[in-house]
Amino acid sequence: MTPLVEVREVRKHFPIGGGLFGGPRAWVRAVDGVSLAIQPGETLGLVGESGSGKSTLGRLMLRLIEPTSGEVLFEGRSLLALGARELRALRRQMQIIFQDPYGSLDPHMRVESIVGEGLAIHALGIRAQRRERVRELLELVGLPPEAARRYPHEFSGGQRQRIGIARALAVGPRFVVADEAVSALDVSIQAQILNLLQDLGRRLGLTMLFIAHDLRIIEHLSDRVAVMYLGKIVELAHREAIYTDPRHPYTRALLSAVPVPDPRQRRQRMVLGGDVPSPVEPPPGCAFHPRCPHAEDVCRTVVPPLVAGRGGHAVACHVFPAEPPGKE
Amino acid sequence: MPLLEVRDLRTSFFLEGGEARAVDGVSFALDAGRVLGLVGESGCGKSVTALSLMRLVPPPGRIVGGQVRFDGRDLLLLPERDMRAVRGAGLAMIFQEPMTSLNPVFTVGSQIAEAVRLHRPVSRREARERAVALLAEVGIPEPARRARDYPHRLSGGMRQRVMIAMAISCEPRVLIADEPTTALDVTIQAEILDLLRALREQRGMALLLITHDLGVVAEQADEVAIMYAGRIVEQASVLEIFDRPLHPYTQGLFRSIPGMGGRHDRLEAIPGQVPDLLRLPSGCTFRDRCPQVIADCAGVVPPLEEHAPGHRAACIRL
Repeated sequence: MTPLVEVREVRKHFPIGGGLFGGPRAWVRAVDGVSLAIQPGETLGLVGESGSGKSTLGRLMLRLIEPTSGEVLFEGRSLLALGARELRALRRQMQIIFQDPYGSLDPHMRVESIVGEGLAIHALGIRAQRRERVRELLELVGLPPEAARRYPHEFSGGQRQRIGIARALAVGPRFVVADEAVSALDVSIQAQILNLLQDLGRRLGLTMLFIAHDLRIIEHLSDRVAVMYLGKIVELAHREAIYTDPRHPYTRALLSAVPVPDPRQRRQRMVLGGDVPSPVEPPPGCAFHPRCPHAEDVCRTVVPPLVAGRGGHAVACHVFPAEPPGKE
Repeated sequence: MPLLEVRDLRTSFFLEGGEARAVDGVSFALDAGRVLGLVGESGCGKSVTALSLMRLVPPPGRIVGGQVRFDGRDLLLLPERDMRAVRGAGLAMIFQEPMTSLNPVFTVGSQIAEAVRLHRPVSRREARERAVALLAEVGIPEPARRARDYPHRLSGGMRQRVMIAMAISCEPRVLIADEPTTALDVTIQAEILDLLRALREQRGMALLLITHDLGVVAEQADEVAIMYAGRIVEQASVLEIFDRPLHPYTQGLFRSIPGMGGRHDRLEAIPGQVPDLLRLPSGCTFRDRCPQVIADCAGVVPPLEEHAPGHRAACIRL
């Protein structure tokens, strides 16, 4: 099956510093050689801590930013080879939902204009049809029809996120990137939006990249999970495999660090120690080795490749590689 | 006698639109060496409760009633001068954002030394040595060198450690931690939680832990109080409240979390919005979101009553 979205060896290095005449002083390796394919209808969870490059990877998949090198494919077609007109046509198929429902909605626009903007840009339908479509969309995300005439500040955080979702879905996308879409919301509201995203995903057959730092939310929504650390994917597997049989020491540390909402399960955590190194000068070899309790000599010099084993469980670790793909 | 006892605390914000009762009759007690988790969503009054204990409520907010008994005295009746002595040596507080309490233009060592000298008659030199020792105690590597750094040179987790060092510098008996790990990555959060636990055990400090994260509560707290719209709606030991949540809001909160009690396909979300304090329903303020609401809920504010030993909840349906 052709993946709906695929990146191959994609890299994004941002320049920092530098003077008026000189070149940049250094490069932030936000995404540093990632290959990943998302199948139609699949929800891929992308988890990592700040500076891991997960948001940058999401934007690269939509070509909202240009990669430094590598390939981005949509249904097997290279997004990077497309001209402006073709890219705009394809944009309808790919949308993003942002974390901040406050910052991502224009405060001077009425909800109907915000939600209908994409329809107008893509010249979908005449005005009356567009108005009708906006009402449908508001209903779809659980907002009353009269919301159309109001402004973003009149809504609570959860309702604003519903507006953001309606806007993303307006043009009928097939691929949606949700970037920390529920992180800013209260727990009770977060559950509403997670349910909404799950329902809509199924009803509309969406393919999703769900980016979050919260491992419990990722587990709840994802079919497969990718774990990022300093610009690279360190582990990628089906949800059950990640949560029941994590291989990479970073994945294990991440899982053991999440406080379990069960007071009978107070347990000893695997504490990493040290801070996440700067992506400007990532450590040589495996970028995780300075914090890894299992690091060996090879880890300090050789970058471990992401190698897939049994059941498609892929791990980038010299010490705990994936189980070889024997009989399954 | 409990170390800290709060009785019917009321703090309001006087806004153009009316009086917002951010804390509306909150009572609890905290014993030495124990951890009380104060849990709720944004606007429930958990942070304002903490600021009220410290008497640091910013205008247009004001404490309008109640008692905060600490060490046999009501802190709300103390002259400001005496209260200043209580802050730091009696009660100390740390915040979600460390830069709230760190000054960007002074080195972290000098700020901690300053805090020490405010409360103790020690020389500058002794205060500096004490600052370095505190940085070491909170797990900062190369503390003598780090003491000469400015806050912006440190990572988020390190700043949080510095703020903790400053908070414990005068050996407080109660530490109030307002969402101390919310802004941090999960691996750093784990380190800070472990640090707080170690400090508490070594020093016998009581901890008032304010958080929205039920995972953090389950792991750290002895007692739990759940707040909604300025009031405590349920209070019990941590095991009791996780085993038998009684209030419909507590039950809804627990069901909203992915992964609680096994994997469910769909979360049972609480309908409606987080309440606006200026437009609260009469009677039980949760009734417009409550799945078990009946007509009588509109009539009276449900009192916080004991339903099992040490387990109190405010719901007329119990």
